[in-house]
Amino acid sequence: MSDAIRAFFAKIRAFFSKSEMDDDFNQELEAHIDLLTAENQKAGMAPEEARRAAKLRIGGRETLREQNRDARGLPFFEVLGQDIRYAARTLRRDYGFAIFAILIIGLGVGASCTIFSVVNTLLIHALPFGDPERLAWVANHDDATGSMSAKTTQVDHFLDLRAQTQSFLDMAAYMAFYGVGDAKLIGNGEPERLTSVPVTQNFFSLLGVEPKIGRQFSADECKFNAPKTVMLTDGTWRRKFGADPNIVGRALALDGGPATVVGVLPASFDFSTVFTPGSSVDIFEPFPLSPETNKWGNTLSIVGRLKPGAMLESAQAETTVLGKLILQAHKDRNDFEPKVYALTQHVSGRLRPALFVLATAVAVVMLIVCANLSNLLLARGATRQKEIAIRATLGAGKWRLIRQLLTESMMLSCCGALIGLMLALVGTRALTQLTSVSIPLLTDVHIDASVLGFTVFIALATGMIFGLLPALQVRDVKLHDALKDSTRGSSQGRGHAWVRNALVVSEIGLACVLVVGAGLLIRSFLRVLDVDMGFHPERAAAVRVDPNSSYKTQEQRNAYFSEVLSRVSDVRGIEGAGLSDALPLGHNRSWGIAAKGIQYTPETFPFGFPRIISEGYFRAMGVPLKKGRDFSARDDKGALQVIILNETCARNLWPAQDPIGKIVAEDVDRTVVGVVGDVHHMALEEGSGNEFYIPIRQTGDYGSVDLVVRTSMTTTDLTTRLREALRPIEPDLPTQNLRTMQMMVDRATSPRRFVVILLGGFAVFALVLASLGIYALISYSVNQRTQEIGIRMAVGASAEMLQRSILLETLGLAAIGVVGGMAASWILARALSGMLFGVTPGDPLTFAGMVVILGAVAGLAGYLPARRVSKIEPMSALRVS
Amino acid sequence: MVLQTLQAMGALHGYGIARRIEQISRDAILLNQGTIYASLVRLQQRGLIRSEWGTSENHRRAKFYAITPRGSERLVETAENWEQLAAVIARFFAATKESQS
Repeated sequence: MSDAIRAFFAKIRAFFSKSEMDDDFNQELEAHIDLLTAENQKAGMAPEEARRAAKLRIGGRETLREQNRDARGLPFFEVLGQDIRYAARTLRRDYGFAIFAILIIGLGVGASCTIFSVVNTLLIHALPFGDPERLAWVANHDDATGSMSAKTTQVDHFLDLRAQTQSFLDMAAYMAFYGVGDAKLIGNGEPERLTSVPVTQNFFSLLGVEPKIGRQFSADECKFNAPKTVMLTDGTWRRKFGADPNIVGRALALDGGPATVVGVLPASFDFSTVFTPGSSVDIFEPFPLSPETNKWGNTLSIVGRLKPGAMLESAQAETTVLGKLILQAHKDRNDFEPKVYALTQHVSGRLRPALFVLATAVAVVMLIVCANLSNLLLARGATRQKEIAIRATLGAGKWRLIRQLLTESMMLSCCGALIGLMLALVGTRALTQLTSVSIPLLTDVHIDASVLGFTVFIALATGMIFGLLPALQVRDVKLHDALKDSTRGSSQGRGHAWVRNALVVSEIGLACVLVVGAGLLIRSFLRVLDVDMGFHPERAAAVRVDPNSSYKTQEQRNAYFSEVLSRVSDVRGIEGAGLSDALPLGHNRSWGIAAKGIQYTPETFPFGFPRIISEGYFRAMGVPLKKGRDFSARDDKGALQVIILNETCARNLWPAQDPIGKIVAEDVDRTVVGVVGDVHHMALEEGSGNEFYIPIRQTGDYGSVDLVVRTSMTTTDLTTRLREALRPIEPDLPTQNLRTMQMMVDRATSPRRFVVILLGGFAVFALVLASLGIYALISYSVNQRTQEIGIRMAVGASAEMLQRSILLETLGLAAIGVVGGMAASWILARALSGMLFGVTPGDPLTFAGMVVILGAVAGLAGYLPARRVSKIEPMSALRVS
Repeated sequence: MVLQTLQAMGALHGYGIARRIEQISRDAILLNQGTIYASLVRLQQRGLIRSEWGTSENHRRAKFYAITPRGSERLVETAENWEQLAAVIARFFAATKESQS
């Protein structure tokens, strides 16, 4: 054992047995003096003289004791202990200040930690897959475009690319056009619609996910028309099957056909949170890569695993070349232009700017917190000058005093951080509950070691930042003046006032930036909500009513649809009902749509968004009919094949002509019978493009059927009424997935709402802090200047005049802050421009609003303390001493 | 020095050690005698010496310090180092003198 380690343990022992060791040492010194005295006496000194000489010889005993303590113990920690005890006493005496300080630090730290844990999960942490850095997202064309058909890839392209690529170890895919609630589960409690995602055979092994029970799909199970098999998510396994360990091999009654469970996925694998945030996925089924599925067109979303050493750039270069070669060899296939992204980039890339904004906002809030506390400590420091001067005269070194003051601010910040951590626990818990917010990985947000580390860092940094300035002022304390000056100064020192003013000005400036940022986002959010969506979501609801497999032919299914519509329309309280295969704000797709008789080149060939609907759909959704007629029950299989276009599509196909009666080439030639208003079908922020509607009775090309109703009934009432009405024809109607249109709109705006609420909260917090800062500054200065004010009043100044001058001083500070803040926001608002909708970064209304709000807040915060001036009695003010 | 003293004299109290160092150095090292205690604490914490309360020659209670085996080992090492260093420096000065003369 080395000397240092031995000594360290001895020091720790010494640390805990102080008084014993002190006694021990005192005795030892006494013995020493006695021995020395005896010696001196022998040498002939008188006893008194001998003792005095002995004491001289041994040196200053207090210093010796001090040296002894320093040598044997841990002086750093002993001083720290003293400082902490001292700080605790001081703060207890001034508990109002302490509580206030701890609370605002707590709020600041709570906000920072919550945002940090979101950033940590979304941007810093690896995705919950094996070796996630090597995973890539292979989109067709640009990942940023809205249209899903354009982003997905045809099966044969996928197979060719996978076979030829040298950059990727392997590639897997899932079918992007699975429908929410596609799979109906019966015979296991209440009939329920589950969401099933078709995946390629190697999907889970590519991601590095092992089933926790059973196995993955086999090659045979992934053939076309193979017997049905499924894998369950952990959630479904627990919720529907009570975590039955013997589930593998069981046949589930799915959609009329039995499907065998082959495996259960681990809880750590959460498909939806990564790939389809804000929705849930229940089961997985195999997706066959066969000529049949190739005919379905663009269907696949591809994930690839890069070979060790392969770079994204080289993979991109290779796939670009391969894409061109494959396309040249197979001109009959859909367009193919692979784009490679890191999977993390695909998952959280879009959120990066929003998170960046939130992180910046939180940092600004923290800075305001620091400025505020710094200011308060400075004010306290001024009143504590005498205490400090006394301690300095008693022998405390300057660094020792600075250290003591820093300990005090550290204690405040650490207590605050503790509260902040608790708030962050609550905050992250609340975030994970936001399942309806479509932000990836949000449900994975939690407090972990790195968040704890971050909290400690924030606590120390905060304590340091807001404590340093006031502590350093100790250096300027003039002992003599401070002790002599027994009354409060008749006017304040210029230096301190300057620092405090600067702090308040910067607080106001920072608050400005937050208010402008929040203001711009709130205005964008309101603009988004104001968008005319083309349909009326209020009072509309949808539920899946797909015909079950007993309806074999199109005639039978058409009869079923008529039956459903007539039964539902008979229900009292339902004002309109219609069927559709695609609800707005869901997935995208595109089909070609051409005006008959016009020659198009491949570049100009028009595409549009198709919807398969029944009569009554427009009325139920509130989509206005602009021209012609709605579909009717007579637009049946044998009748004239018809189509309805939206205004954009009609205009694009036949500019400046009446489209009614014109013919388009769709699956078959169809006659245009009506024109309806445009609907925002992808996102509220995006326009609608070409849209067209095909009557459900004239096609078999739909994957799902939703019943849309317009009603003012509550959801529960509606559920029971619908179930009753449809029981005779569909006894197993699963109604859990009844969704109101408003819910779907809310989900589409949820990421924006999320950012707006957080940023708005930060802005309010910043405003409150800034106004507290102003209030504290002004009321402190009024207090300090009581005597001066008294003199002024005595020589004839009126209370109003003094009030006005104080108020003007406040507004002057606010004005400087606002001007600085405005300049900063002007620059920083550019960074927001990607998140704005319908407002410019320099939106004059927002800036003007900010000036008004801050002016009002500053005025109020200055007025309250200024009012106290009128209560000052000149006589008593002069007598104060 | 403390170690050498204890090695040579056996167990001693703080006063004795201080006296001894003064004698040996012929009062060349004259300090406040109390300062000896800080170094005694350090040596003790490193386990080179140990201490116990005993009775002094004039029947007073005093704390006696004695060298530990570890301390003896260390003394040998340090002594060698010091002797080497002293010899080198001595040679160095001798050489300088020679070249000057």
